[in-house]
Amino acid sequence: MFEYFLNNKDGWLNGKGPEAEIVFSSRIRLARNIANLPFPSRASSAQKKEVLDKVREAYPQVNRLKNSTFVNMAELSALDSQFLIERHLISQEHAVDSKEKGLIVSGDEKISIMINEEDHLRSQVILSGFDLKKCWQVLEEIDRDLEKKISFSFLSDLGYLTACPTNVGTALRASCMLHLPALALTKRINKILELLTRISFTTRGLFGEGTQALGNFFQISNQVSLGLSETELVDNLIGVVNQVKTQEIDARDTLIKKHKISLEDSVWRALGILQNSRLISSREALSHLSILCLGLDLGIIKNTDLSTKAKGREVINSLFVIIQPAHLQKIESKSLRERERDYIRAEILRKKLK
Amino acid sequence: MVCDVCHKNNATVHLTEIINDKVVEMHICQFCAQAKADELNKHLNISGFLGSLADMVGGLPQERRLLRCPSCGLSYEDFKKKGRLGCGKCYETFRRSLLPLLKKIHSATTHVGKTPASLEKRASSQLKTEELYQRLRRTIQLEEYEEAAKLRDQIKELERKEKKLKTKKNV
Repeated sequence: MFEYFLNNKDGWLNGKGPEAEIVFSSRIRLARNIANLPFPSRASSAQKKEVLDKVREAYPQVNRLKNSTFVNMAELSALDSQFLIERHLISQEHAVDSKEKGLIVSGDEKISIMINEEDHLRSQVILSGFDLKKCWQVLEEIDRDLEKKISFSFLSDLGYLTACPTNVGTALRASCMLHLPALALTKRINKILELLTRISFTTRGLFGEGTQALGNFFQISNQVSLGLSETELVDNLIGVVNQVKTQEIDARDTLIKKHKISLEDSVWRALGILQNSRLISSREALSHLSILCLGLDLGIIKNTDLSTKAKGREVINSLFVIIQPAHLQKIESKSLRERERDYIRAEILRKKLK
Repeated sequence: MVCDVCHKNNATVHLTEIINDKVVEMHICQFCAQAKADELNKHLNISGFLGSLADMVGGLPQERRLLRCPSCGLSYEDFKKKGRLGCGKCYETFRRSLLPLLKKIHSATTHVGKTPASLEKRASSQLKTEELYQRLRRTIQLEEYEEAAKLRDQIKELERKEKKLKTKKNV
């Protein structure tokens, strides 16, 4: 299942969106609960099934979901679920205890709806590059269409009601995935993350809640969901992401001006390891790919097949995803132990970065 | 007193821990204390955190602690443990305890975002009056008369405005 995603060139990972050099992707999700049914954590199996059936019946009427697939999570293998997590289509929580859980995913992977995760519905739009306004435009359309078919739990003064009070109100979380290698190399990143927390923005690692920063990827999102309108929340995040982006550009400038030789050394070493290793973990590969990516952005990598920026970015962006454990196993169509994965990962990296 | 952990700095933090049923007293310096706090933070989960936050801002009297949502059966104690509410009705049942918590989390207690299209069609003031009536009934049930009096005044005010609006339209 989902093998066709492996060859998906239109998805949010293609690196072709606006300003995709630093802002890899933009994502907005809305939480919704169906009125008069308990939230998933307190719902009986029959009630969860009712939710699943209702959404399943409603979604074909949603214009943007015409070309989508409904997936019963209970029918997926652990590998399939992990594969979907690596593609950011479901959360880690959604893969556990999958009874009466569902997923609707559009053919281009830009739209997905988790059913019976923490809330009845968690709809998301994820796009390549810095494109939050478009995310919201699409998501609002989906929400409007869904509301014609399903009545959602709502109070006029508290807004959309969610299982966790941190999401109540707009129930909207907008986030951007930023690649910030220069801020990490110049050790400015911690200060920025601290500042963001102070002004009510959350930063997370590559895979959302509770994950560490891997490959210098940082996900920045709004913390509050009540007291501001959806467009205000989106606009505020755009402002903050622009600020962080400027800081990263500034740090890149510093690196080029003051530490050119060390930077070049790091970049070429990263390429050297990726082109020559025989065993490599995903953590190590991600960190070298990150530095390689920086080298490409700054024009340090020259005279190789990667040197045209667009081509290089396409190769590296796809590598960020396919070197992850579940993806490797999908590519090889068999389950692999850790050491086998490290071997195959190194092989793929050597082949693609020749 | 020297720090029990690094045996170098002066101990300024005094901890009492229960390890394997034994009370252990520790005297540690501020650096080791910070390291210990970081370790604790790793184990801290959002639900437990919300629960304790709820406790901090709630300060609930006994009868409210025992309150259960009539719709899904969740008690406020359950919410504190899990940090998750059970259904939409919980927001009304625990409203008084939740509002200070929402204020703490969002620095706001009123939604200003979108409204479902189906609800927008109904006059918003009418919706509000209806909801206030619902809340009034609930507070009376809970014998929270002070809150009830406030709600009564709000309803009166709203109804007066509505009337005024109607007369204006009639003219």
